[in-house]
Amino acid sequence: MAETAKEIVVDPGLDETIKKLTPKKIENTINKVLTRGAAARLKVYMQTCVHCGLCAEACHFYLSHDKDPRFSPVGKVKQTLWEIVRRKGRVDGEFIKNCSRIAHTECNVCRRCSMYCPFGIDMAYLLLLVRRICALLGVVPQYLQDTVNSHAVTMNQMWVKQDEWIDTLQWQEEDAQDEVKNARIPLDKEGAEIMYSVIGPEPKFLAQLLGNISIIMTVAGMDWTMPSFDGWDNSNMPMYSGDFETMARVERKHFEAAFKLKVKKIVMGECGHAFRGAVYDGPKWLAWKEPPVPLIHAVQFYYELIRDGKIKIARKFEQPVTIQEPCNIIRGRGLGDMLRYIMRATCEDFRDVSPRYEHNYCCAAGGGVINCGPPWKKSRVEGNRVKAEQLKATGAEVVVTPCHNCHSGIEDIVNYYKLGMHVKFFSEILVDVMEIPEELKV
Amino acid sequence: MYEFVSGPLVWISFIVFIGGSLYRLVSMHKLAKKEKVIYPYMSLKYGLRSIIHWIIPFASTNMRRRPLMTIITFAFHICLVLTPIFLLSHNLLWRQSWKISWRTLSEGTADIMTVIVILAAIFFLVRRLVLSEVRYVTFPSDYALLAIALAPFLTGFLAYHQWLPYKTILILHILSGEIMLIAIPFTRLSHMLYFVFTRAYMGSEFGAVRNSKDW
Repeated sequence: MAETAKEIVVDPGLDETIKKLTPKKIENTINKVLTRGAAARLKVYMQTCVHCGLCAEACHFYLSHDKDPRFSPVGKVKQTLWEIVRRKGRVDGEFIKNCSRIAHTECNVCRRCSMYCPFGIDMAYLLLLVRRICALLGVVPQYLQDTVNSHAVTMNQMWVKQDEWIDTLQWQEEDAQDEVKNARIPLDKEGAEIMYSVIGPEPKFLAQLLGNISIIMTVAGMDWTMPSFDGWDNSNMPMYSGDFETMARVERKHFEAAFKLKVKKIVMGECGHAFRGAVYDGPKWLAWKEPPVPLIHAVQFYYELIRDGKIKIARKFEQPVTIQEPCNIIRGRGLGDMLRYIMRATCEDFRDVSPRYEHNYCCAAGGGVINCGPPWKKSRVEGNRVKAEQLKATGAEVVVTPCHNCHSGIEDIVNYYKLGMHVKFFSEILVDVMEIPEELKV
Repeated sequence: MYEFVSGPLVWISFIVFIGGSLYRLVSMHKLAKKEKVIYPYMSLKYGLRSIIHWIIPFASTNMRRRPLMTIITFAFHICLVLTPIFLLSHNLLWRQSWKISWRTLSEGTADIMTVIVILAAIFFLVRRLVLSEVRYVTFPSDYALLAIALAPFLTGFLAYHQWLPYKTILILHILSGEIMLIAIPFTRLSHMLYFVFTRAYMGSEFGAVRNSKDW
């Protein structure tokens, strides 16, 4: 290999797994992936790309590494897929390891580059193909693979058991009752209007977010429920590791929970990649054109609550605040205006970012990159210097990130680049500034 | 030699160009049907919306970020396609063999357009050599493609001005034009065929599924 990572990173998920590979296995797996299912787009994209390099400046990794061409979108495809196709799959374990490093840890599949390619080549799709090959060969960063294993076994991302899940919800319900009278987290309420779903990390270590939603739902007078059984976790790490079979099981389970509860729609918590899985990648793999149950993201839900006056704002948040626009709900769903609406409705001093909307930079944590764990943290944070510069330029003291990946990723960036900012979910702001009606006051 | 390149080889190259292009498009269609998730997502409205934003100069963000590249790329592609079709001397050949003709460019205009193609090709070459993000993804085939596109215009320019032995240059000109036609369906020059489809697909995904813009 001519190109190597900037630093040597030890990850048993890559280092140990490649020892079990044989040339035959690699070749067979690659050819299976490239000829079955993936043939049309791959072939046309390969035949269309004129190697012009115009996608380079779309990538935060490229910009943050002083325009090192190895980090440009096309540069990443060159080092992986072009070489695989050129050698007809005859590559070795070391090569596959590098593929995984590039595709799993140096690309967030955020799709910003496909807006910069004159042909609209979906480079994120090409790198997901590389991930697919790696996953079928069992070469996946260990931390990421662990979340995939957890999904496969428990249907949630963080090995949360059912009793722990229910216990956490009840604990948060009680906490919410300290703030608002009669606050509830109704479990398994058949025929409710809304099923609210979250991701594994909420019960695991961000439980107060569950309390927040209880407060918000109670004040807004919503008819809602959460499942006590599997299907409550809408996050989907297998989508990002390349284990699409497990991805499909998770998505199916999520929608089945909604069917079982006979709800009219699903509202998802503040998470971007979960939204992408539920609205796009999951249904696509399951051959559903659209999600079988209407599904909206928290940003849209809050927008509707505030717009319709179901939640009133008592006082505005005073500190200067900016946003991190999650790729999967902005570039992936066009919620940019709704996000700004709720920000302006709740904050005195909202500082917009630049570039923004579809053109906003990814947080570098999404796409499963942050789930690759501590070994890859440095490379991830260094790969997003431009984000630090972008946030710093707003002069804000608080960054609102309506996405779990963004939240953790931005927190790392804030710490590493010493930006001195606080990172918050929107629900934290909302609970802080909303009006609690007299009859619900404790 | 002249008789061969200006007779049978013309037929061969047009047949290969048209037949090969059709073959490419039909096989793309068949593969896309097999992939199952392509056609259901295609949307005429959003596909066209995307194409329009990418065939109008400066209508996309990336084009506005790179004004020089945008101007040169558009000039190059427009001149490359229009000059051979509306060239007076090509038109005379069509009239001679098939008794058909259409409006043509004045010789001066065509000359300028040819020079634009040549200069733009030189710009692309320099860009490939100088910019690290382009050099990194450059293969010998990229130089070959550029040469294939440049050759008919360079030789045409020389033939028109008769600066070098006319007969030889003319043969080279015809030959290089034929090579280009044959190369279109079988090399990455086929971006000419695929452009509308890749664009339309991405436009459909961004518009219909993701409710956002792709320019």
